[in-house]
Amino acid sequence: MKIKVNGKDQSIQKNAVSISDLLKLNKVESIEMVSVQLNGNFIDKKIFDKISLKENDELDFLYFMGGGEK
Amino acid sequence: MNFTDIQIERYSRHIILKDVGVEGQIKLLEGKVLVVGAGGLGSPAALYLAAAGVGTIGIIDNDVVDITNLQRQIIHTTPDINRPKVISAKEKIEKINPDVKVKTYHELLTTDNINDIFSEYDFILDGTDNFPTKFLINDACVLSGKSFSHGGIIKFDGQTMTYTPGNTCYRCVFNSPPPKGLVPSCSQAGVLGSVAGILGTIQATEALKYLTGIGELLTNRFLIFNALSMSFRSVHFNRNENCPVCGINPTITELKLEEMPVCDL
Ligand SMILES: [Zn+2]
Repeated sequence: MKIKVNGKDQSIQKNAVSISDLLKLNKVESIEMVSVQLNGNFIDKKIFDKISLKENDELDFLYFMGGGEK
Repeated sequence: MNFTDIQIERYSRHIILKDVGVEGQIKLLEGKVLVVGAGGLGSPAALYLAAAGVGTIGIIDNDVVDITNLQRQIIHTTPDINRPKVISAKEKIEKINPDVKVKTYHELLTTDNINDIFSEYDFILDGTDNFPTKFLINDACVLSGKSFSHGGIIKFDGQTMTYTPGNTCYRCVFNSPPPKGLVPSCSQAGVLGSVAGILGTIQATEALKYLTGIGELLTNRFLIFNALSMSFRSVHFNRNENCPVCGINPTITELKLEEMPVCDL
């Protein structure tokens, strides 16, 4: 099925792909470094495992970034 | 206020902009912006705010100039090595534009001084490199109804958002600081110097828009860019009702520094 990740189409397996699985597929090393919005709503990290993605879901990953002082 | 002939010349390229004009330039000259951190983001931001004629620029930074800073912190020069960043920045700003009054704070931003310092400014520009301070700036602004620009850079990437009261805050997006050591800093992962320039200049532009009241601020959205693909994306982010500081049941009602430094510098 097709979903959108960070504005780009991505094809994933149909069954039981959770947000955690998707993060792994996209090589995100740790869930602690990313914030995830699904169809316009923030998702609590605690339930990344429990949410199964559906056709046409739109996700945005936002990573922590510091400044350039040091 | 009345412009001198010299000021009319100095700001002529602003004044001929229909959206800025004389009124907008007066707002800039009466405007007060605090730049937190005279580093990669704060350097280009402070230079453009100064050139634009923002009347009062505050700079807070407890550090001295290091040779590793000069690759991107363009307000500082080689002879400034080992000098306080706030002094170095103040001298450059005054050279660019004698209209600007510079206030320097050679100290860390803390829960004790943040409200007093912020209360003197219209807009806060976050150019800090550590997450505890980023969250502290957010909380202080949300709790006191102050507007600020968040900026972050790493490697070839940058992100920025603008908070104004009632809109999505930094904690709506990032609930709390990341665990220590997980997110690399620029000193660990590196950063392309000009990426700091792009991001800091966007933050300065937001400050100028805020002061003059023109355009659409980066509220309720994050601007994210990658310099390698040179792609920019603006992502809408709704307010988070579970946000610990601006949500329905806030758990943060007073300022507290969350001790989770980004790295062991
Ligand atoms: Zn919030």
